[in-house]
Amino acid sequence: MIDPVFLAEAAVNGLLLGGVLALLALGLNLIFGVIDIVWIAYVDLVMICMYAVYFIVQVYGWPIWAGGLASVALGALLGVLVHLLIITPILTSAPVNQLLATGGLLFFLQSFATFLWTTDHRSVRLTLPRLELFDMPISVARLIAFALSILAMLGLYLFLSRTYIGTAIRAVSQDREAMALMGANPQRVYLVTSAVGGAMAGVAAALLIIQYAVHPFFGAAFGPITFMICVLGGLGNMVGAFVASFIMSEVIAVSGVIWSTEMGYVIAFVVFIVMIFVRPGGILAKRG
Amino acid sequence: MTGARALGLLVLMGLAVAPFVPGVMREYTIHVLVQIFIWSFIGGAWSLMGRFGLTSLGHGAFLGLGAYTSTLLWNFFGLTPWLGAVAAMALTAGLAVIVAYPCSRFQVVGHYFGLVTLAVGEVVRLLIIAERDWTGGSLGLTVKAAGHDSLVAVQFADKRVFYYLALGLWLIGLYVWVRVDRSMARSAMEAIGEDETAAASVGIHVTRFKVGITVLSAVLTAAGGIAYAQYISYVNPDTLAGIGVSLRIVFAVVLGGMYSLLGPTVGTALTIALAEYLRVLFGLKFIGMAETIYGLLLILFIIFLPAGIYGTVRQLVRRRRPTAVAA
Repeated sequence: MIDPVFLAEAAVNGLLLGGVLALLALGLNLIFGVIDIVWIAYVDLVMICMYAVYFIVQVYGWPIWAGGLASVALGALLGVLVHLLIITPILTSAPVNQLLATGGLLFFLQSFATFLWTTDHRSVRLTLPRLELFDMPISVARLIAFALSILAMLGLYLFLSRTYIGTAIRAVSQDREAMALMGANPQRVYLVTSAVGGAMAGVAAALLIIQYAVHPFFGAAFGPITFMICVLGGLGNMVGAFVASFIMSEVIAVSGVIWSTEMGYVIAFVVFIVMIFVRPGGILAKRG
Repeated sequence: MTGARALGLLVLMGLAVAPFVPGVMREYTIHVLVQIFIWSFIGGAWSLMGRFGLTSLGHGAFLGLGAYTSTLLWNFFGLTPWLGAVAAMALTAGLAVIVAYPCSRFQVVGHYFGLVTLAVGEVVRLLIIAERDWTGGSLGLTVKAAGHDSLVAVQFADKRVFYYLALGLWLIGLYVWVRVDRSMARSAMEAIGEDETAAASVGIHVTRFKVGITVLSAVLTAAGGIAYAQYISYVNPDTLAGIGVSLRIVFAVVLGGMYSLLGPTVGTALTIALAEYLRVLFGLKFIGMAETIYGLLLILFIIFLPAGIYGTVRQLVRRRRPTAVAA
């Protein structure tokens, strides 16, 4: 029998991980919902931003908040570049080609990172106090990451619901053709969406680097689970993605403690596969 | 048509005698060709599904399950890979049904199908790593050596034996492709790919066809995985299962062109030749550079040759012909 304290600790860790996963899933889901293309390489963009924070903070000795801001800016820039260079030429291609183009980006980023920075694991070391809650050690870094990711998601929500361009983005995700008929310029909406999605990747990168070491295959470790969360929540459904993140992170964390880390992911993927069959429209969708 | 057939026969004869003509093929050339045959076979198996809109991103699952089943049966129970292959293919067929049946019943198509299969691929990869006590985890597993040339163990010191086995496998793959291409199933699958509801309304048994083609594709993929494992005599979860290898298979096929008989072969030959060339060019210096260029070229190919190389060439030839007649 496993000590209930371990389980509780795993549950808390799962909750904290869920915050950052939700951030990743929302960024990817935003792009998916609006442009209707899966960026297979999304988490690899996060990986690049993580390296940026690492170099700024650990090598050049700048404060962590500066690294975070740079990461957000870099993320937005990368998002725009990906859209202009890769997505724009293939907007009307077959879905498999769209997947493969961003898949090629995945190979490119992974191996270019290997080439530039080798496969060493690198982490940003912050000296933070450790908290204890009911005899459970709680990582302050994770707590901060959780709080900031909730804040970032609130910011995204306000941006989408309160600003003019945010409204346009939501309109496109509901009906692409109608939006063009109304005289709006989809290309501009796509660009802003990609920039915002990229910026979310940058935020996530800054929050991940204080908890995990970065290496070229970081994207491969976190990528698949991020797609699963998006689909589980319902593509384009922000609230669904948010809820799904916490379900998945709890499944991973708790079964990781009971069995092993790999089994945690296996169970999470199996949950995903079963959920697709039971609720194809996402966990919050009404059954049709 | 007869010209093309004669040319094909000529190439085939060339391939058949080449290993015995002195000075034509070094061992390294044979090594590259064996890989091209096996992976073309696997790519062809994938395209059986891909051409009908069933874009699987998880063929690594079938590849890994096949390769590991036969290897584990040989290593632990001494079961000959011939029988191991039968067991592995039966197991893979089972997995294919488990994936394809609900996908078809609940109309999981497009992006969703891709992501479900991707999840299946990851499940297999992670299970292999998790069961490290007998699979060796992420370090992989060496196929136990028989110590001498053995048909029972399918281990030969001379690469030429594998060359002919792989050539045969590749031809079987082409044969299956042609059979499917000329069958009723093709029309049915094309109708399903266009519009499932409409296909069902004219009496096509959608689920039966979808599950059938998935099982066929999965079983052939498993066979390819076993062949590769026997040839390399080493299995590894990252090279035989998971998202990386699954994407590589799809890349090669799309690069060549998935709607034609030789498309997967052209794409596979090109990607393997490219990867080998870059590997030899860079050697142990600049680790990662070869893969970087590979990724970059893939993006460029997808953007500029959306119909694949074979498809684009064929389009060009077709466009050229009427003008030639007119002139």
